[in-house]
Amino acid sequence: MRDNPVLRIVAKIIIPVILLFALYVQFHGDFGPGGGFQAGVIFAAGFILYGLVFGTEALRNAIPPGLLRFVIALGLVLYAGVGATTMLLGSDYLAYGALAHDLIGGQHLGIFLVELGVGITVSAVIVTIFLAFAGRNDP
Amino acid sequence: MLIETINIVLLGMLALTALAAVRLHDLFAVTIMFGMYSLLAAVVFVVLDAVDVAFTEAAVGVGISTVLMLATIGLVGRHEQRPAHRPLLPLLVVAVTGAALVYGTLDMPFFADPAAPVHQHVVPYYLGKSPEQTGIPNVVTSILASYRGYDTLGELAVIFTAGVGVLALLGLRRRKRPSKEHPTP
Repeated sequence: MRDNPVLRIVAKIIIPVILLFALYVQFHGDFGPGGGFQAGVIFAAGFILYGLVFGTEALRNAIPPGLLRFVIALGLVLYAGVGATTMLLGSDYLAYGALAHDLIGGQHLGIFLVELGVGITVSAVIVTIFLAFAGRNDP
Repeated sequence: MLIETINIVLLGMLALTALAAVRLHDLFAVTIMFGMYSLLAAVVFVVLDAVDVAFTEAAVGVGISTVLMLATIGLVGRHEQRPAHRPLLPLLVVAVTGAALVYGTLDMPFFADPAAPVHQHVVPYYLGKSPEQTGIPNVVTSILASYRGYDTLGELAVIFTAGVGVLALLGLRRRKRPSKEHPTP
């Protein structure tokens, strides 16, 4: 597929749109449909499209596997870290009210960080699974 | 009436797609059928007003899992092998299990019954209190991330474990072909 100019150009145009849409779904999940999981999957889909059109080797150059391994853990640590922070602030685990002066502000900040953690880990895991599966097809 | 017609058409197409996936022997076509099945399921979720679930089904079922299955077909070949044994016993097991599941649904509350236990337990509390307690318009998000924060943390740990498992089993380094490095005589 690497020699097909139509695919290459369409992919180059559409990948930034996919990534931007994923960020929209991530940060607009409080107000409309969507959230961390959906955003993570869509974000990963952008990278997978890149890998399909330009080859898994190019994708591996774009995201080094070592970084990917780090990012997989980062999201879960962020989520669990929000819970640890609320405990350190003297509240229950994952009780977001302690994160700000008022309950609503704390809930907004807590849900924002938690959904971000979900999105980070989900997107990294899906890109990892794609690389592990499709990388075996390389000659 | 319109909703019923849409539901009947969608569920009929779901059943047709499933039957086609069973009848076909070209695994590439079967994978595309599974993708169509997921897309139809996503539309069914939209009709049920479950847009968050529809979003997930469309992204994961249609997109990611189709790509992963195609990558696997690239490794194992696209044609199904003839089964070495007669599949009568598995068919019997599947038929009995399916009949038991259908029998189990007879005790379930009717579709969209407001008196169903699931609508009486904590749901009224979440729907009533979510705007003032979290200030977030999308109740799905406030339930998933705030009221059910422990569950979502557990789900994220499951996804993390899946990623670690794939890394441990397959790895990301490209395997060097041994025949090229150590040519066998």
